[in-house]
Amino acid sequence: MTTLRDRLRNAFFQVPLLGWFFGTLTAVFLERFLGTPVAEALGLAKIPVLFGCDIILKDPQRAPGAVAYVLVIYVLPILCVGKLTASLANRLAGRLLGLSAGLSVIFHLALLYAGLHVWSEVSDYRILTLKLTLIAIMVTLSLNIINGYMGEFSCSHPGFMALGAYAASVFNLTFFVNHKLFGPSMLPAGLGPFMFPLALVVGGAVAALGALAIAIPSFRTRGDYLAIISLAFMFIVKSMIENLEIVGGPRGLSSQPDWADLPTVFTWTVICVWIINNFVRSTLGKALNAVRDDEMAADAMTVNTRRTKIVAFLFGAFWAGVAGGLFAHVLRYVNPSTFGIQKLAEVLAMVYFGGLNSVYGSIVGAVSLSLLGEALRPLEMFKWIIIPTLLILVMIFRPTGLIAFREFNVLHLIRPKL
Amino acid sequence: MTFFFQNVINALQWGSFYALIALGYSMVYGILMLFNFAHGDIFMVGAYIGFGVAGGLVALVAAGTFSLPGWLILVLTIIISMLLTSFVGMAVERIGYRPLRDAPRASAAITGLMIGIILETGNLALLGARRVRFPSLIQSVTYDVGGVFVTNKKIMIVVVSLMLMLALHQFIRRSKWGMAMRAMAFDYVVVPLMGVSINTIASMTFAVGSALAAAAGILFAVAYPVLDPYMGILFGWKAFVAAILGGRGSILGATLAGFLLGFIEIFVAMIFPSTLRDLIAYSIILLILAFRPHGFFGEPYSARLRL
Repeated sequence: MTTLRDRLRNAFFQVPLLGWFFGTLTAVFLERFLGTPVAEALGLAKIPVLFGCDIILKDPQRAPGAVAYVLVIYVLPILCVGKLTASLANRLAGRLLGLSAGLSVIFHLALLYAGLHVWSEVSDYRILTLKLTLIAIMVTLSLNIINGYMGEFSCSHPGFMALGAYAASVFNLTFFVNHKLFGPSMLPAGLGPFMFPLALVVGGAVAALGALAIAIPSFRTRGDYLAIISLAFMFIVKSMIENLEIVGGPRGLSSQPDWADLPTVFTWTVICVWIINNFVRSTLGKALNAVRDDEMAADAMTVNTRRTKIVAFLFGAFWAGVAGGLFAHVLRYVNPSTFGIQKLAEVLAMVYFGGLNSVYGSIVGAVSLSLLGEALRPLEMFKWIIIPTLLILVMIFRPTGLIAFREFNVLHLIRPKL
Repeated sequence: MTFFFQNVINALQWGSFYALIALGYSMVYGILMLFNFAHGDIFMVGAYIGFGVAGGLVALVAAGTFSLPGWLILVLTIIISMLLTSFVGMAVERIGYRPLRDAPRASAAITGLMIGIILETGNLALLGARRVRFPSLIQSVTYDVGGVFVTNKKIMIVVVSLMLMLALHQFIRRSKWGMAMRAMAFDYVVVPLMGVSINTIASMTFAVGSALAAAAGILFAVAYPVLDPYMGILFGWKAFVAAILGGRGSILGATLAGFLLGFIEIFVAMIFPSTLRDLIAYSIILLILAFRPHGFFGEPYSARLRL
């Protein structure tokens, strides 16, 4: 058995990330052009939306067909193309990296985006799932700054998301859209898509302002104080929005412009990962870790602990606000009850499942739990027994999460493997 | 003025629910230094167990196996459900908290949250999405005391809650178990060396807290007979805030803060539109916490206290 494992590992460990991207691209194009005939040949009505999970769970008789489809369309092409293009990909990756690291990263991102784009074009459901997954990555990362890197326990992220979502929506609806609550648009609608980043930043800034209201009283003492203040803040935000008739009250706010398409969400996610990754590796990020491990010692080492904590907290809140703004524009409808305890449990689960103090971990946690949630959808409510059980097991066997305390090194990721 | 006293009665009733639940949070926090986020759902489970027990007893009486008056059925229901729910609490501790005793405390908070979700969904899976109706065991009688209308149910709820709180106080102060709990809360490290098992004490704490939550659940069901699987969420989180307000680990504080929260909520709803209730209640709590970060009776927190 070990020999087989070793042989498999030896066969594939030389494939660089670029090679896997080539494989993925082949697979998604294969699905695009041959997906329907293959699916029909295997006795499936249409292309399985999410790797056949829904079919396997809903209709076990057709499970072999779904598994075969996944093998033929995804697994085999990715493995074969990855293996076959390994040497080419290695040379290309080496050349690109030699040319310019930034260029290489952009090239990789472009390939990744192309793969995701072609994959998601098959159905609207895929696009929506993908967008929500990307937003989940942003939210999880921003919470990981506070709960992982700073070592506090903040419960206010749904509140920040709500602030961002409503601020960005109100901004857009006031300036660029004729809306029944906010009157006719003040600026030409054509300008809107270009100002969309500004709307998101406004959303983030409002969330950060809200965070300041928590940060000032709660960073005087350590401990569970922040948990309670932030929890109360979350309830206050939710209740406040429910009582503001100008933004629709409990009925919610709808008809946001449709500007959050896949490229926008993808770009923002990449920017978010990039900036947060740089932040946690900066001096400030290291100071944050020092504060978490021992506040007194950090103070003795000239770290301004209070300022460090407040900056990190506002930074996390800002990105939660941006994610909330995107969320509102992806769903084009927000309602205060979206941002309640349920959302909190979801986000906390993603952070702790993936791993504390780790950008990798947040990405893994957000992607795996979002996709798992979608994949188990046919099980209806039993989904909410399986996922929590899984999380409890992870907590028992790996209390800090799957991939905790790992640095996210892009250059290491994209380097040629030979 | 009668309007005012009317609301005092209502506030006492709501406060009893909050206080009974907050006691469970506070006891667990006092001993293990962590929040049992599944506690709100244990309240819900307690109410449902009470529903099952009461239904069973009523059916037995209807079948003529034995005959009992309604109030005795209620008393039996409360006692049996408290017992059964305490086993649920012990199971929660065993599954969600004991394996994580040495893990970061936040991890235990996550398992608590997840167990809460499992309890809600498990209930939904077992009983379906329809709401169930708690059988009415005692006839509602309304007394008119100088223009203030008081029902016997409200009096019963407040009296039973106060009795339970007194019993808890006696248990903590007088019994050997209570002494062990206080000792454990005082020093988490040394007391186990004196031959007191932390696992047993933790189990016991969860059992007592859950029993109180079950009592709160049944009393709630007596007042508002319609139960649904998500009823524990709102109550649980509000009682959690009350437990903090009282001072973490303080039994007296949790009781007082529970009643205070009841009063704040009822009187806010009396003066302002009731949709503003949560907003104003939480803002008041934030204000109190801003000036008294450790709650009414809590000790100043020190990160080094129990490591």
